[in-house]
Amino acid sequence: MVHPEQFAALFNLSHPGHFISWGVLQVSYGNAVVIVLMVAAFVAALLIPFPGHDKEDK
Amino acid sequence: MTDLQIERQWTTRLRKRVEGTFPPEKMLPDTQPSYVASWIYVFGVLTLAALVMVIATGCLLAIMGPTWWHVSGVGHFINSTHLWSVEVFFFAMVIHLWGKYFMAAWRGGRSMTWVTGAVTFLTSIGAAFTGYLSQTNFDGQWIATQAKDGINATGAGSVFNVLNLGQMLMWHIILLPLVALGLTVGHVLLVRKRGVVPPFADVSEKVSA
Repeated sequence: MVHPEQFAALFNLSHPGHFISWGVLQVSYGNAVVIVLMVAAFVAALLIPFPGHDKEDK
Repeated sequence: MTDLQIERQWTTRLRKRVEGTFPPEKMLPDTQPSYVASWIYVFGVLTLAALVMVIATGCLLAIMGPTWWHVSGVGHFINSTHLWSVEVFFFAMVIHLWGKYFMAAWRGGRSMTWVTGAVTFLTSIGAAFTGYLSQTNFDGQWIATQAKDGINATGAGSVFNVLNLGQMLMWHIILLPLVALGLTVGHVLLVRKRGVVPPFADVSEKVSA
Protein backbone atom coordinates (compact mmCIF):
# COMPACT_ATOMS: atom_id res chain seq x y z
CA MET A 1 0.00 0.00 0.00
CA VAL A 2 1.51 3.32 -1.09
CA HIS A 3 0.54 6.49 0.74
CA PRO A 4 1.14 9.86 -0.95
CA GLU A 5 2.56 11.30 2.27
CA GLN A 6 5.45 8.80 2.01
CA PHE A 7 6.69 10.78 -0.97
CA ALA A 8 6.08 14.28 0.38
CA ALA A 9 8.96 16.51 1.44
CA LEU A 10 9.23 17.34 5.12
CA PHE A 11 8.92 21.05 4.32
CA ASN A 12 7.74 23.13 1.40
CA LEU A 13 10.23 23.00 -1.47
CA SER A 14 7.93 24.71 -3.99
CA HIS A 15 9.78 28.00 -4.20
CA PRO A 16 12.95 29.35 -5.87
CA GLY A 17 16.20 28.43 -4.11
CA HIS A 18 17.93 30.81 -1.70
CA PHE A 19 21.50 31.75 -2.58
CA ILE A 20 24.40 33.64 -1.02
CA SER A 21 26.17 35.75 -3.66
CA TRP A 22 29.69 37.13 -3.23
CA GLY A 23 31.07 38.57 -6.46
CA VAL A 24 31.37 35.75 -8.96
CA LEU A 25 30.84 33.17 -6.20
CA GLN A 26 27.35 31.87 -5.55
CA VAL A 27 26.33 29.10 -3.16
CA SER A 28 22.93 27.89 -2.03
CA TYR A 29 21.97 28.13 1.65
CA GLY A 30 21.83 24.34 1.83
CA ASN A 31 25.34 23.87 0.46
CA ALA A 32 26.67 26.70 2.64
CA VAL A 33 25.28 24.96 5.74
CA VAL A 34 26.97 21.67 4.72
CA ILE A 35 30.32 23.45 4.19
CA VAL A 36 30.05 25.11 7.63
CA LEU A 37 29.23 21.72 9.20
CA MET A 38 32.25 20.12 7.49
CA VAL A 39 34.58 22.85 8.78
CA ALA A 40 33.05 22.46 12.27
CA ALA A 41 33.54 18.66 12.17
CA PHE A 42 37.13 19.12 10.96
CA VAL A 43 38.01 21.53 13.78
CA ALA A 44 36.22 19.34 16.35
CA ALA A 45 38.15 16.28 15.13
CA LEU A 46 41.42 18.12 15.78
CA LEU A 47 40.47 19.49 19.20
CA ILE A 48 38.37 16.80 20.89
CA PRO A 49 40.54 14.14 22.64
CA PHE A 50 40.14 10.61 21.35
CA PRO A 51 38.44 8.41 24.01
CA GLY A 52 40.61 5.89 25.80
CA HIS A 53 43.82 7.54 24.70
CA ASP A 54 46.16 8.83 27.42
CA LYS A 55 48.86 11.20 26.18
CA GLU A 56 51.16 9.86 28.91
CA ASP A 57 51.28 6.57 26.98
CA LYS A 58 53.17 8.18 24.08
CA MET B 1 58.29 -30.28 -13.42
CA THR B 2 61.63 -29.02 -12.06
CA ASP B 3 62.01 -26.58 -9.15
CA LEU B 4 63.35 -23.98 -11.59
CA GLN B 5 60.27 -24.30 -13.79
CA ILE B 6 58.04 -23.91 -10.72
CA GLU B 7 59.98 -20.82 -9.64
CA ARG B 8 59.47 -19.27 -13.09
CA GLN B 9 55.70 -19.81 -13.15
CA TRP B 10 53.72 -16.55 -13.11
CA THR B 11 51.53 -17.90 -10.31
CA THR B 12 54.59 -18.61 -8.13
CA ARG B 13 56.15 -15.24 -8.84
CA LEU B 14 52.88 -13.37 -8.26
CA ARG B 15 52.20 -15.22 -4.98
CA LYS B 16 55.69 -14.45 -3.66
CA ARG B 17 55.38 -10.81 -4.66
CA VAL B 18 51.98 -10.47 -2.93
CA GLU B 19 53.28 -12.27 0.18
CA GLY B 20 56.30 -9.94 0.29
CA THR B 21 54.33 -6.74 -0.29
CA PHE B 22 51.27 -7.53 1.82
CA PRO B 23 52.20 -9.89 4.67
CA PRO B 24 49.21 -10.76 6.93
CA GLU B 25 50.53 -8.64 9.83
CA LYS B 26 50.48 -5.59 7.52
CA MET B 27 47.06 -6.35 6.04
CA LEU B 28 45.40 -6.82 9.45
CA PRO B 29 47.73 -5.19 12.00
CA ASP B 30 47.26 -5.73 15.74
CA THR B 31 48.19 -2.17 16.72
CA GLN B 32 48.57 1.27 15.18
CA PRO B 33 51.03 4.07 16.08
CA SER B 34 49.90 6.25 19.00
CA TYR B 35 49.39 9.30 16.75
CA VAL B 36 46.52 7.47 15.01
CA ALA B 37 44.45 7.93 18.21
CA SER B 38 42.78 11.08 16.89
CA TRP B 39 39.30 11.77 15.56
CA ILE B 40 40.78 13.03 12.28
CA TYR B 41 41.75 9.43 11.40
CA VAL B 42 38.13 8.31 11.79
CA PHE B 43 36.95 10.04 8.63
CA GLY B 44 38.77 7.68 6.26
CA VAL B 45 37.04 4.62 7.65
CA LEU B 46 33.77 6.57 7.88
CA THR B 47 34.10 7.18 4.13
CA LEU B 48 34.57 3.43 3.59
CA ALA B 49 31.54 2.63 5.77
CA ALA B 50 29.41 5.06 3.77
CA LEU B 51 30.69 3.49 0.54
CA VAL B 52 29.56 0.06 1.75
CA MET B 53 26.07 1.49 2.38
CA VAL B 54 26.06 3.20 -1.04
CA ILE B 55 26.91 -0.07 -2.79
CA ALA B 56 24.47 -2.18 -0.72
CA THR B 57 21.51 0.15 -1.33
CA GLY B 58 22.58 0.63 -4.94
CA CYS B 59 22.49 -3.17 -5.46
CA LEU B 60 18.93 -3.27 -4.05
CA LEU B 61 17.90 -0.45 -6.39
CA ALA B 62 19.53 -2.29 -9.31
CA ILE B 63 17.57 -5.47 -8.50
CA MET B 64 14.22 -3.66 -8.40
CA GLY B 65 14.88 -1.16 -11.19
CA PRO B 66 15.37 2.62 -11.45
CA THR B 67 11.64 3.50 -11.21
CA TRP B 68 10.89 1.24 -8.19
CA TRP B 69 11.18 4.07 -5.72
CA HIS B 70 8.35 5.99 -7.46
CA VAL B 71 5.75 3.32 -6.63
CA SER B 72 6.92 1.72 -3.37
CA GLY B 73 7.39 3.07 0.15
CA VAL B 74 10.20 0.55 0.71
CA GLY B 75 11.75 1.58 -2.59
CA HIS B 76 11.58 5.23 -1.55
CA PHE B 77 13.27 4.38 1.76
CA ILE B 78 16.07 2.48 -0.01
CA ASN B 79 16.48 5.30 -2.55
CA SER B 80 16.68 7.86 0.26
CA THR B 81 19.21 5.69 2.14
CA HIS B 82 21.24 5.55 -1.08
CA LEU B 83 21.18 9.36 -1.34
CA TRP B 84 22.03 10.01 2.31
CA SER B 85 24.83 7.44 2.24
CA VAL B 86 26.31 9.45 -0.63
CA GLU B 87 25.94 12.65 1.43
CA VAL B 88 27.82 11.03 4.34
CA PHE B 89 30.37 9.60 1.88
CA PHE B 90 31.27 13.02 0.46
CA PHE B 91 31.05 14.77 3.85
CA ALA B 92 33.53 12.33 5.39
CA MET B 93 35.73 12.15 2.29
CA VAL B 94 36.19 15.94 2.13
CA ILE B 95 37.22 16.09 5.83
CA HIS B 96 39.53 13.09 5.21
CA LEU B 97 41.00 15.04 2.27
CA TRP B 98 41.53 18.20 4.37
CA GLY B 99 43.17 16.18 7.14
CA LYS B 100 45.54 14.41 4.75
CA TYR B 101 46.35 17.65 2.92
CA PHE B 102 47.48 19.40 6.10
CA MET B 103 49.42 16.27 7.16
CA ALA B 104 51.12 16.29 3.71
CA ALA B 105 50.18 12.63 3.60
CA TRP B 106 52.12 12.06 0.36
CA ARG B 107 55.40 12.06 2.37
CA GLY B 108 57.52 8.94 2.78
CA GLY B 109 56.83 7.33 -0.58
CA ARG B 110 53.07 7.73 -0.25
CA SER B 111 52.53 9.75 -3.45
CA MET B 112 50.46 7.00 -5.10
CA THR B 113 48.29 6.76 -1.97
CA TRP B 114 47.53 10.48 -2.35
CA VAL B 115 46.99 10.21 -6.13
CA THR B 116 44.63 7.20 -5.90
CA GLY B 117 42.63 9.05 -3.23
CA ALA B 118 42.38 12.20 -5.34
CA VAL B 119 41.34 10.28 -8.48
CA THR B 120 38.77 8.32 -6.44
CA PHE B 121 37.34 11.67 -5.32
CA LEU B 122 37.04 12.88 -8.92
CA THR B 123 35.52 9.55 -10.04
CA SER B 124 33.00 9.75 -7.20
CA ILE B 125 31.89 13.18 -8.40
CA GLY B 126 31.14 11.63 -11.80
CA ALA B 127 29.32 8.73 -10.13
CA ALA B 128 27.20 11.15 -8.08
CA PHE B 129 26.47 13.29 -11.14
CA THR B 130 25.26 10.33 -13.22
CA GLY B 131 23.22 9.24 -10.18
CA TYR B 132 21.35 12.54 -10.22
CA LEU B 133 20.77 12.01 -13.96
CA SER B 134 19.35 8.51 -13.26
CA GLN B 135 16.59 9.59 -10.88
CA THR B 136 13.92 9.17 -13.62
CA ASN B 137 12.14 12.35 -12.50
CA PHE B 138 11.92 16.02 -13.48
CA ASP B 139 14.93 16.85 -11.29
CA GLY B 140 17.08 14.43 -13.29
CA GLN B 141 15.79 15.88 -16.58
CA TRP B 142 16.44 19.44 -15.35
CA ILE B 143 20.01 18.62 -14.35
CA ALA B 144 20.61 16.91 -17.72
CA THR B 145 19.39 19.91 -19.71
CA GLN B 146 21.48 22.26 -17.56
CA ALA B 147 24.61 20.08 -17.94
CA LYS B 148 24.41 19.26 -21.65
CA ASP B 149 25.80 22.58 -22.93
CA GLY B 150 28.77 22.46 -20.59
CA ILE B 151 29.53 18.83 -21.49
CA ASN B 152 29.07 19.55 -25.21
CA ALA B 153 31.40 22.56 -24.97
CA THR B 154 34.20 20.21 -23.86
CA GLY B 155 33.63 17.97 -26.90
CA ALA B 156 32.80 15.00 -24.66
CA GLY B 157 29.11 15.20 -25.59
CA SER B 158 29.68 12.99 -28.65
CA VAL B 159 30.48 10.00 -26.42
CA PHE B 160 28.92 11.12 -23.12
CA ASN B 161 25.35 12.26 -23.77
CA VAL B 162 23.77 13.41 -20.50
CA LEU B 163 20.32 13.37 -22.16
CA ASN B 164 20.64 9.60 -22.79
CA LEU B 165 19.16 8.05 -19.63
CA GLY B 166 20.21 4.49 -20.53
CA GLN B 167 23.81 5.55 -21.10
CA MET B 168 23.95 7.60 -17.88
CA LEU B 169 22.42 4.72 -15.88
CA MET B 170 25.10 2.32 -17.22
CA TRP B 171 27.86 4.79 -16.31
CA HIS B 172 26.29 5.16 -12.88
CA ILE B 173 25.81 1.50 -11.98
CA ILE B 174 28.68 -0.22 -13.84
CA LEU B 175 31.56 1.84 -15.19
CA LEU B 176 32.10 4.50 -12.53
CA PRO B 177 31.46 2.16 -9.55
CA LEU B 178 34.00 -0.30 -11.01
CA VAL B 179 36.62 2.43 -11.30
CA ALA B 180 35.79 3.95 -7.88
CA LEU B 181 35.80 0.57 -6.15
CA GLY B 182 39.04 -0.54 -7.84
CA LEU B 183 40.74 2.71 -6.86
CA THR B 184 39.43 2.43 -3.30
CA VAL B 185 40.80 -1.10 -2.92
CA GLY B 186 44.15 0.08 -4.33
CA HIS B 187 44.11 3.12 -2.01
CA VAL B 188 43.49 0.97 1.10
CA LEU B 189 46.15 -1.56 0.04
CA LEU B 190 48.67 1.28 -0.38
CA VAL B 191 47.78 2.59 3.10
CA ARG B 192 48.37 -0.91 4.48
CA LYS B 193 51.65 -1.23 2.55
CA ARG B 194 53.15 2.14 3.55
CA GLY B 195 51.36 2.61 6.87
CA VAL B 196 49.71 5.79 8.14
CA VAL B 197 51.79 8.92 7.56
CA PRO B 198 53.56 10.06 10.77
CA PRO B 199 53.18 13.61 12.13
CA PHE B 200 55.79 16.20 11.10
CA ALA B 201 57.39 16.16 14.55
CA ASP B 202 58.08 12.42 14.34
CA VAL B 203 59.79 12.89 10.97
CA SER B 204 62.14 15.57 12.35
CA GLU B 205 62.91 13.35 15.36
CA LYS B 206 63.91 10.52 13.02
CA VAL B 207 66.06 12.86 10.92
CA SER B 208 67.90 14.23 13.97
CA ALA B 209 68.30 10.78 15.53
